[in-house]
Amino acid sequence: MAKASPTLEFDTDWEYSSAPESTDHIQIKPQNELFINGDFVVPSDGNYFDTINPASEKTLSKVGHATADDVDKAVKAARKAVKGPWSKMDGAERGKYIFRIARLIQEKAREFAVIESMDGGKPIRESRDVDIPLVSAHFFYYAGWADKLEYAFPGKDTTPIGVAGQIIPWNFPLLMAAWKIAPALATGNAVVLKPAETTPLTALKLAEVLQEADLPPGVVNIITGAGKTGQAIVDHPDVDKIAFTGSTEVGKMIMRAVAGTGKRYTLELGGKAANIIFEDAPIDQAVEGIVNSIFFNQGHVCCAGSRLFVQESIADTIISKLKDRMETLIIGDPLDKNTDIGAINSKMQLDKIKMYVKLGQKEGGTIHQSSYSLPKKGFWYAPTLFTDVSQSHRVVQEEIFGPVLAIQTFRTVDEVITKANNIPYGLSGGVWTDKGSKIFKISKAVRAGVVWANTFNKFDPSSPFGGYKESGMGREGGLEGLMPYVNLV
Amino acid sequence: MGKREDIKKTYKLYIGGKFPRTESGRYIKWTDPKNSTYVNVCRGSRKDFRNSVVAARNAFTDWSSRTAYNRSQILYRIGEMLEGKRSQFMDELMLQGASKNAAENEINRAIDRLIYYAGWADKYQQLFSRVNPVAAPYFNFTYTEPTGVVAAIAPDDSSLVGLVSIMAPIIAGGNTVVLLASELKPLCSISFAEVLHTSDVPAGVVNILTGYRDELIEHFSTHMDVNSIVYCGNDPDDIKTIQENAALNVKRPVVYADEDWMDQKNQGPYHILNNLESKTTWHPIGL
Amino acid sequence: MITSVYIHPIDQIGAQERVARLFSRSIKKESKVHALKMALSMIDLTTLEGKDSSGKVKQLCYKASHLHDQYPDLPSVAAICVYPTMVPIAKKALEGTSINIASVATAFPSGMSSMENKLDEVKKVVDDGANEVDMVISRGKFLSGEYDYVADEISQIKDACEKAHLKVILETGELVTLDNVRLASDIALNAGADFIKTSTGKISPAATPPVVLVMLEAIRDHYKKTGKKIGMKPAGGISKAKQAIQYLVMVRETLGKDWLTPDLFRFGASSLANDVLMQIVKQSTGHYQSGNYFSID
Repeated sequence: MAKASPTLEFDTDWEYSSAPESTDHIQIKPQNELFINGDFVVPSDGNYFDTINPASEKTLSKVGHATADDVDKAVKAARKAVKGPWSKMDGAERGKYIFRIARLIQEKAREFAVIESMDGGKPIRESRDVDIPLVSAHFFYYAGWADKLEYAFPGKDTTPIGVAGQIIPWNFPLLMAAWKIAPALATGNAVVLKPAETTPLTALKLAEVLQEADLPPGVVNIITGAGKTGQAIVDHPDVDKIAFTGSTEVGKMIMRAVAGTGKRYTLELGGKAANIIFEDAPIDQAVEGIVNSIFFNQGHVCCAGSRLFVQESIADTIISKLKDRMETLIIGDPLDKNTDIGAINSKMQLDKIKMYVKLGQKEGGTIHQSSYSLPKKGFWYAPTLFTDVSQSHRVVQEEIFGPVLAIQTFRTVDEVITKANNIPYGLSGGVWTDKGSKIFKISKAVRAGVVWANTFNKFDPSSPFGGYKESGMGREGGLEGLMPYVNLV
Repeated sequence: MGKREDIKKTYKLYIGGKFPRTESGRYIKWTDPKNSTYVNVCRGSRKDFRNSVVAARNAFTDWSSRTAYNRSQILYRIGEMLEGKRSQFMDELMLQGASKNAAENEINRAIDRLIYYAGWADKYQQLFSRVNPVAAPYFNFTYTEPTGVVAAIAPDDSSLVGLVSIMAPIIAGGNTVVLLASELKPLCSISFAEVLHTSDVPAGVVNILTGYRDELIEHFSTHMDVNSIVYCGNDPDDIKTIQENAALNVKRPVVYADEDWMDQKNQGPYHILNNLESKTTWHPIGL
Repeated sequence: MITSVYIHPIDQIGAQERVARLFSRSIKKESKVHALKMALSMIDLTTLEGKDSSGKVKQLCYKASHLHDQYPDLPSVAAICVYPTMVPIAKKALEGTSINIASVATAFPSGMSSMENKLDEVKKVVDDGANEVDMVISRGKFLSGEYDYVADEISQIKDACEKAHLKVILETGELVTLDNVRLASDIALNAGADFIKTSTGKISPAATPPVVLVMLEAIRDHYKKTGKKIGMKPAGGISKAKQAIQYLVMVRETLGKDWLTPDLFRFGASSLANDVLMQIVKQSTGHYQSGNYFSID
């Protein structure tokens, strides 16, 4: 009789008790106004919309719906700030405001983390250990640039562009606000920022920090709303620059909208990164890297390693280890300190993920999901693997933006490079091998703006981030991140 | 003895290291400002452009992986070859309406610009690359890579120094390019292809078309295998068209509106940077 | 032998990050009490000092079976671990209990002796009543690439152990790299170890979390390949209950349910037991404890 292959049992009688992060110190206003010219103001048509907790579907707060009139007010306030002392201020003084913002965020880090997890659904482990620390680090990094811009671009002086309209997504709400605001301020610009419709609360909390930091009125305006509000920012004739992070589809709409207007823009768009595992890779670290590449933040990550390429000789080993590892991922309450996978950000996103998984199965793909039981209330999706898929499957070609990994195997280096680049995107990539020379070869060959070698999904304020091809243009972070906010003269 | 008749030159296209006539069979009758001479210039078509992009794409992998030193030497070689063909370019520039003095100045500037970018080809990387001090045990570095295949609408009023000023930074950065020559003054743009052809520039790295801007601008800006579009000019409709079409595949649109290409200020590493991407690589530091 | 050992590179930073993630688990309330009791039952209560006396060993044995008499439902430790000369004393002191007697052997801690001497020593401790033998590998031979020697030595000692369980100490502090730890683990697993163990406690660093993780992963891969469940024993430097719980999290999420038992997981420690006891009392009374209320033997 053939023996079944040995299996590991992760369902033990030693269960982790719930370990919820406390929320008693958190202040969420029942109703939020728009932050324009240093004050919280009622939206011009008096309309508000609800923001909910995706883990419970309960309303957290009401936020103002900014109209085109409100956008105009915000742009005027920003213009006034640009014409006023802000742009002419000594860089060192401007830098002090930014340093101050960084410090205040550190002081309120836990409150920010908890609100981020409540409003967006991401696990507190990530908002506490990744998002919020990176937010303050980002302000800290760019604060120091404010009085050193003459060293950034050899042979050139810099001037501010003026008013930057910034539109950010819901996957890293406060972190994306920091990525946009910090370099804009360091270079002397003023900002009109619109957070995503489903995750406005931490940006509004940031507005309170800006007040506390005594940032001059109008330098940063934060207005909430949906697509129409964003469009009004893009279309406003007195906005000098658009910075957008979001889907490639909307990015292209923005390119068309600003065509011929002389507005500058930077775009951080979609991705479908190849994560390539060679047979000489550090296997167990690679498996963990796969988990980080696709299940981090429920897979709501533009640079997620959503296409896994495993060298054929180790494919069975990797997939078996990955399945074991998936059994230990804890799915549930984002505020529980032990949660690995939180809630899907919205009903709309959940429907999209479900649609893709159904489609992938219809196209002949085989799925495997972790057996962890999902909560009843709220939006949830189990970590999912697709095998028996190829480059021609839509789940391999299109960005799903969820915890869904498409696995393919390969035999030769040429084959995997060709397949890795056979996609309109070029945001990121991963390569795993113990051989140094191979790392350089592959990381050069992958046409993408960020390549993680023997790691994945690492971020740092000093490290530029941004894509090739349809993944966008321009870089955020590092010295490169100053470029989109200055004129070189 | 009777008078000897001149041999007149046929101005053709330059695609993939060959000099074909336009596949369309059409031509543009070009007449010099004095109405003394005329030339039938190829009226490059959409398909000529398509063939050029194929050639540029095929050349990209090799050209972008050449050593910087090699690209530098090839740019220098172009300068050398142009120096050697001075008289031909003098004739053509003057035929296109330049004074003798202006023609000489333009040739000098074009040669110097090639030498200038030859010098940059192995240095801009050091200016635009860096090691980033990330707060974790990782070695993190950023360096530049070429954007890919560039489609470039060369300046209309400057057929030699303008063309060279656009082309040199693009190929110095490791890109390959399809250039649309000046419609107004096409002659020396095409003769410049002959310089390229004898300068060790691999086939397909530079492709030069002649034709109507109005006809080709749409194709230059909509092709899905073009990564970047450079436009020289100040026509607002052209600029809008190019920027709108760039959205199709998120091409990088670069506009040089009114640059005086004779001016030394309009050169520099930032012209190279316009067609570069930066790539950042992370690697753990451990045992 | 070496031909069967598969080279398995380990990325140090990745291993450290995995550890950090595992150690960020928050173990509270009932799950903490459960873990503390489990940890207690997995302790090899150890004394390995040159100045060990029969009196000290007797006291240790008494403590092992009377951990904290006010809490009668507490488990006893898994074993006591002593030098070879102390085995007969421990044997007598532990009569009538289910506590195992482990003895270090094979010229512990350096292992710098002849094969003959090592085999004699192992036979002696087993004859004297040890049912667990903690041997050291020949690190010198390992570092000079004589992997066959290392493997052969383990097999011979395994044979000499007869019914006694063999724990193979890799002394990872001298192997330096995680690549070496993995290779030494694979050699020991293939050569017949019943347990693999990190350290003698005489070399710093002793058990470090990345080392333990790599060894657990080696055990996991060995199990997947052969179906054989081999045990793990981190030893040295584990003195706090919190560390013990963190290691149990590591075991739970690397090897799962089957390894959460003293049969397959042990802590080699001397002062850990008291800290675990203090934590257990704190959990039941709600008050932070003082060392004055827990005997130090």
